[in-house]
Amino acid sequence: MFLQQLINGIALGSTYALIALGYTMVYGIIALINFAHGEIFMVGAFVGLLMVGVFKLNIFLAMACAMIFCMVLGVVIEFIAYRPLRKSSRLSALISAIGVSIFLSSLALMVFGANAKGFPEQAFSSRQIHIGNADISTLQLLIIGVSAALMIGLEFIVQKTKIGKAMRATSEDYNTAALMGVNVNFVISFTFALGSALAAAGGVLVGMLFNAVSFNMGLMAGLKAFAAAVLGGIGSIPGAMLGGLLLGVTEVFGVAIGYSSYRDAIAFAILVLVLLVRPTGLLGRKVMTKV
Amino acid sequence: MLHAFVNSIDPYFLQILVNIGIGITLALGLNIITGLTGQLSLGHAAFMSVGAFTGALLTLKTGTPFYLNLLLSGLFSAAVAALIGWPILRLTGDYLAICTLGFAEIVKVVFLNLEITNKALGLTVPTPTSALPMPVIVLMVAILAIVASVLIQNSRFGRALKAIRDDEIAAESVGINIARYKVQSFAVSAFMAGVGGCLYAHFLGYINPSDFGFLKSIDMLSMVVLGGLGSIPGAVFGASILSAAPEFLRFMSQYRMLVYGALLVFLMVFRPNGLLGGVNLTDLVLRKLGIRRHGATRNQEGSQ
Repeated sequence: MFLQQLINGIALGSTYALIALGYTMVYGIIALINFAHGEIFMVGAFVGLLMVGVFKLNIFLAMACAMIFCMVLGVVIEFIAYRPLRKSSRLSALISAIGVSIFLSSLALMVFGANAKGFPEQAFSSRQIHIGNADISTLQLLIIGVSAALMIGLEFIVQKTKIGKAMRATSEDYNTAALMGVNVNFVISFTFALGSALAAAGGVLVGMLFNAVSFNMGLMAGLKAFAAAVLGGIGSIPGAMLGGLLLGVTEVFGVAIGYSSYRDAIAFAILVLVLLVRPTGLLGRKVMTKV
Repeated sequence: MLHAFVNSIDPYFLQILVNIGIGITLALGLNIITGLTGQLSLGHAAFMSVGAFTGALLTLKTGTPFYLNLLLSGLFSAAVAALIGWPILRLTGDYLAICTLGFAEIVKVVFLNLEITNKALGLTVPTPTSALPMPVIVLMVAILAIVASVLIQNSRFGRALKAIRDDEIAAESVGINIARYKVQSFAVSAFMAGVGGCLYAHFLGYINPSDFGFLKSIDMLSMVVLGGLGSIPGAVFGASILSAAPEFLRFMSQYRMLVYGALLVFLMVFRPNGLLGGVNLTDLVLRKLGIRRHGATRNQEGSQ
């Protein structure tokens, strides 16, 4: 029972973590809460569904297509809705992000209709594996595996490549990085592309996990992932992974011990409680203000 | 007499007018904590929800007069705000924002599970039988909210809030009790949200906890930011436009929300400080009338 719920929690939590990474990277670089991120996740799920359903692609190829599509989408959104506002107050950019989010979800409603759609059976033939007294589906293992691989890939890009170094420099100090010859505009676009690709992968995985893709799936998933990013300490990449896993596991255990009707409140309750004890999240750096 | 006059107005137009009135009350409330004090709240719908359910339950269970209920629902929201504001207002910036968002989600889920709020079915609220018709009450409350906002902004309290917004450390060093002022401003802000919620419940006649979700909070925030953060005419203007926009965009039927989203983006890109941000309306009017000389600007209200 415990092992079963733990695996369920990790599978759910790793999808939260995938979305949370996009929030945290964008926040780390331009201090913007990208509220459109949840909708990018939703678009990713729809693109994956189309690729599997209409073009009969293999699930991994479909996921790759969704990631590429959302990369482009993320960069375009940044270019149209956030770049002109980079020098204005942060709230203006926030409202602009909310505008994009409303736009994308109503577009999805128009194109795909109000009903949730499921992935076709042959997309991934899931089997049950018995470990001890736990029933674990291969789908959950796939989700955990893909998420882990993507996160390792991200960690490699951020820590070992030149563009990753530029990203870290820009998030440390935007102006100094620009003075040192970092092309900050490119770095910001690249960050949006990376975050959106992860969200798209998360979208396809969540779509398969719950077997439902709908126009409004982005809102709650986005809010919870944002909560996960803040829980871990916004701006911190390991923090987003930790926060996502923690929220997923707590949520699943909360439901398992009988609080299923409070499902959506559990994540936020944990968040508020943790912030009261650690005001900058679990792995967030404490910022000292100099007078 | 007044009833007859109100009944003679086109009900559709009246409904838009009432939406605007409630929108103004809500936007001015949020403007106090976000515009004046500079603390971003992404969960103000929670206070509207608390006010709406308090008002509705008072009307349904006790039968106290409507005006008293209106006041009590505001006061109860303010009390809740003070209670949760005390611990969470020490968080800064976006951590505070996400905390208010989390609080609003928790309130929504709790109300969806409570017996007294009728769980997910919501409450049907009877129209109050008061001396004045509902639309008149709404407009009066909106006007009161405008007057109260102006008075607060120009008081010692309002100046302290603006000092906190502009520089917390400097404000603290001249002896402003930051924690106390923040909680007070949060409570005042929640009072207006609660009153707005109570009006909403009684005018619409039906409330459901899901009505007061994240999107409602965002609606309120868009009104304030679109008009110009920290500017009272801005909040009134923003609330009027955004409360009426869904109705005026109705002819586009299914494209309505699509256009609304795009409109938000374009307005922000072309007027990043809001429609009336950085515009000093009193000054503008006085100058046009020739009472004040050109360039004699007093201060830049809401130019943040």
